[in-house]
Amino acid sequence: MPTSPSDLPGPGAQDAADHPEEGLADLAVVGAGPAGLAAAVTAAGFGLRVTLIDAGERPGGQFYRHPAPQLGAERPEALHHGWAAFAARERALRAHTASGRVTYLPGHHVWTVVPQDAAQDAPQDAAPAGDAAGRAPAAWVLHAVAGPEEHAVAVRARAVLLATGSYERQLPFPGWTLPGVVGAGGAQAMLKGGLVLPGRRVVVAGSGPLLLAVAGSLASAGARVPAVVEAAAYTGYAPALPALLRNPAKLAEGAVYGGALLRHGVRLLTRHAVTEAHGTDRVEAVTVARLDADWRPLPGTARRIPCDAVAVGHGLVPQLELATGLGCATRRAADGTAALDLDALQRTSVPGIWSAGETGGIAGAQPALVEGEIAAHAVAGRPVPAALVRRRARLRAFADAMGRAHRPGEGWTGWLRDDTDVCRCEEVPAGRIREAVADLGAGDARTAKLLTRAGMGWCQGRMCGPAVAALAGEEQAPDRRPLSCPVPMRLLAGLPPADG
Amino acid sequence: MPKRHPLDVVIVGAGVVGAACAYYAARAGLRAAVVDRGPVAGGTTGAGEGNLLVSDKEAGPELDLALLSAGLWRDLAADLPEEIEYEPKGGLVIAPDETALKALRAFAEGQRAVGVEAVEAGPAELRELEPHLAPGRAGGFLYPQDAQVQPAQAAARLLAASGAELHLGEEVTAVLTAGGAVRGVRTTRRELAAPAVVNAAGTWGGRIAELAGTALPVLPRRGFVLVTEPLPRVVRHKVYAADYIADVASGSAALQSSAVVEGTPAGPVLIGATRERVGFDRSLSTEALRRLAGQAAALFPVLADARVLRAYHGFRPYLPDHLPAIGPDPRVPGLLHACGHEGAGIGLAPATGVLVAAALTGAEPPLPLHPFRPDRFPDPAAQPKETGR
Ligand SMILES: Cc1cc2nc3c(=O)[nH]c(=O)nc-3n(C[C@H](O)[C@H](O)[C@H](O)COP(=O)(O)OP(=O)(O)OC[C@H]3O[C@@H](n4cnc5c(N)ncnc54)[C@H](O)[C@@H]3O)c2cc1C
Ligand SMILES: Cc1cc2nc3c(=O)[nH]c(=O)nc-3n(C[C@H](O)[C@H](O)[C@H](O)COP(=O)(O)OP(=O)(O)OC[C@H]3O[C@@H](n4cnc5c(N)ncnc54)[C@H](O)[C@@H]3O)c2cc1C
Repeated sequence: MPTSPSDLPGPGAQDAADHPEEGLADLAVVGAGPAGLAAAVTAAGFGLRVTLIDAGERPGGQFYRHPAPQLGAERPEALHHGWAAFAARERALRAHTASGRVTYLPGHHVWTVVPQDAAQDAPQDAAPAGDAAGRAPAAWVLHAVAGPEEHAVAVRARAVLLATGSYERQLPFPGWTLPGVVGAGGAQAMLKGGLVLPGRRVVVAGSGPLLLAVAGSLASAGARVPAVVEAAAYTGYAPALPALLRNPAKLAEGAVYGGALLRHGVRLLTRHAVTEAHGTDRVEAVTVARLDADWRPLPGTARRIPCDAVAVGHGLVPQLELATGLGCATRRAADGTAALDLDALQRTSVPGIWSAGETGGIAGAQPALVEGEIAAHAVAGRPVPAALVRRRARLRAFADAMGRAHRPGEGWTGWLRDDTDVCRCEEVPAGRIREAVADLGAGDARTAKLLTRAGMGWCQGRMCGPAVAALAGEEQAPDRRPLSCPVPMRLLAGLPPADG
Repeated sequence: MPKRHPLDVVIVGAGVVGAACAYYAARAGLRAAVVDRGPVAGGTTGAGEGNLLVSDKEAGPELDLALLSAGLWRDLAADLPEEIEYEPKGGLVIAPDETALKALRAFAEGQRAVGVEAVEAGPAELRELEPHLAPGRAGGFLYPQDAQVQPAQAAARLLAASGAELHLGEEVTAVLTAGGAVRGVRTTRRELAAPAVVNAAGTWGGRIAELAGTALPVLPRRGFVLVTEPLPRVVRHKVYAADYIADVASGSAALQSSAVVEGTPAGPVLIGATRERVGFDRSLSTEALRRLAGQAAALFPVLADARVLRAYHGFRPYLPDHLPAIGPDPRVPGLLHACGHEGAGIGLAPATGVLVAAALTGAEPPLPLHPFRPDRFPDPAAQPKETGR
């Protein structure tokens, strides 16, 4: 039965044969962000054979994003807190890769993970994966699309750690499709990865602690930031003060951001939102309005702020499709997103599948590192150091408090006009979705999508998912995308055939 | 709460079949309520592709139903909003070699005898009809009566046009009877009284029959569909290879497939669907993807480099003899069935609705109901049982 990459028929075969990833790894890690990177090097340190697969070209994920070496950035660490933590692990990764302990596959996007027997014998009868007795299958197959030529790579491993992180939650508003309106995380990524500014006068808006970081980076890089417009009230953290006080690192981080903001004269407007962006070819100004506790814009509070860019984001959403494809159980996190349901050893509900970092709930880079290490201990069958467990509890408690404070209020849809495009890919305005819900019996996001095409385009609802769910009167369901990225037809046609 | 008029019928299921029953019941002057535990089209209808095919059916009761439906869909296209995306684009069945072509000719001959239009196309004509088709095919048949709708829209618009009372998000938990005859249903929220109940619960129709104290052996048959990125117009008709016909009539539990390839107005090409009996297994079958992709690329080589954006699946409601159950159940007075349409429920919905409405009003049905009678299966105790959602 052909399962190693060199047996894959089709255009990928020759390329794959040159890769050293043949054979069965002890652990495959998907995602080389803080969680995946920490897990991979820790597990390798314990003697496991690890394959680390990441869609990005360089390790570090979303947080430790850094410029390509050819850009010649002198001090990438200038834009990062905790750069040392990353640098140490990156060194370890290089050492383990050199020794052959870790096979690192950058530029590889995993589109599905299946139990090996399922890849071989069809039809099969296991949902969720794993057998009826709750045992893990002997091996998993991770199918990836690799490199600009998009060739097929299959990785086999005894255990899988999903550290696929998160993506940014976008809540649309009139004018959000204008050039110059960018994701807050995207702006940060642009800055970290390519040292490019989205504009010269940038309003930062949305909700979540990321906004302060983004505003700080933009200001330090020379942009004017007329305002940080935050929909929540930071007083929302007050109940979590105990958690905050147990998190000295977080406090320090906040102080750094706060200090940077003060130095650059950035105004922080809490309980406010950008309810419209204006401009013809490009954004020229935004309307900012006060919100009530449910995020409903208050009449008569609107004012205009001129700008040439808006960096907007409403927190992050765990990226779960590989996990949900395997049948991993999810839970509703404090910030309203669906996150994986994990036990103390970072195990998902599917035996043989672990997870760490933001897939288990949005919490930031530090807990991601900690959880990656805990998972590595667990996979290797080592006892987990109590200090790690304590740190995780502390960091997670803080993240929950923060998540609760920034959870979008139901009233935000009040700033959507009927003609505001909600799904950019398929150009579906809010009015069509409202009609599907009110007149056609769409009681959930899936039906709203079927009746309007919202979420059927290129991004497969990553952008409009939260908005469509809100308009359908639902909380966003866990992502379900059997293919986690577009896969060329020839790759599917070239999969190893089932027996017979 | 508006005052409720007494109901003539409660229809269980807001899929395309329940919607069509509601539509034609209303046209016959009946007051109907439609109950679904989910939203409109949340069941198999939302996973269907919307092919309205006569081409894949051999002469017999199902083809009669399909031909009746083909005409009804044309009328509906004029009456319902354009959002149902009715498109009479025609089907093109390809015979890879001479043997297959001979078989296809005989098949088409039988279909023509009962009113199907089928036009043979030689290799040159095939290229003209589908310029991107792989060369070297022996020939094929064009079926101008094959058409397409958007299934979820069709169900939603049929329901809206019916004016039926809608109860969504309410599961039917009991079929109420008095003296052996149906008198309504109980849902998770209320009781609905009516002298007739229509079981249009699709793949879950066996459960409703059970609630009414009888049996119907509806089983799930899984199908996967691939959706590509939006492409310029590559595929003009519904195109599939001749071996698909054999699959439809097969009772085998093993995976079978022969991709129906078609372009959509929005650009993506749809490729579906596989057929396998694996209960309600929701896990991804890479084998199903491999076969669909392979067959699509064999028919249209340009598709090999197209990207597949998503794959989805659904569970067709099937009965052992591959015919739906339509009409009154003699075992339970007042109970009617309209389920088990397998891979053709979108296409067969209007004819089913017309037959059910006729049965409800005592009108002469346009087709004999006998082949679809719900009590045609052997003792339910002997049937295998599958449950789940
Ligand atoms: C756009 C964006 C910008 C951010 N900016 C900041 C910031 O400035 N400051 C801050 O404190 N926090 C920021 N965050 C949050 C921070 O990134 C996270 O807290 C942290 O990175 C979580 O670590 P992780 O390992 O869980 O996930 P990530 O760092 O997100 O790593 C996930 C990795 O998995 C890879 N991946 C995902 N799916 C697949 C797949 N199917 N196949 C292969 N690889 C895959 C991704 O390419 C990525 O490299 C940002 C988040 C986002 C989404
Ligand atoms: C992949 C795939 C492709 C297909 N392609 C085509 C095609 O191209 N052309 C075609 O004609 N057909 C196609 N089909 C088949 C077609 O989708 C089905 O035959 C059709 O949708 C069945 O419709 P229905 O209304 O009977 O069932 P459904 O749409 O499943 O509706 C039944 C409804 O009953 C509800 N229900 C069940 N139990 C209860 C309860 N106890 N209380 C309340 N409500 C209940 C369910 O929630 C559901 O909404 C395809 C199917 C699949 C899976």
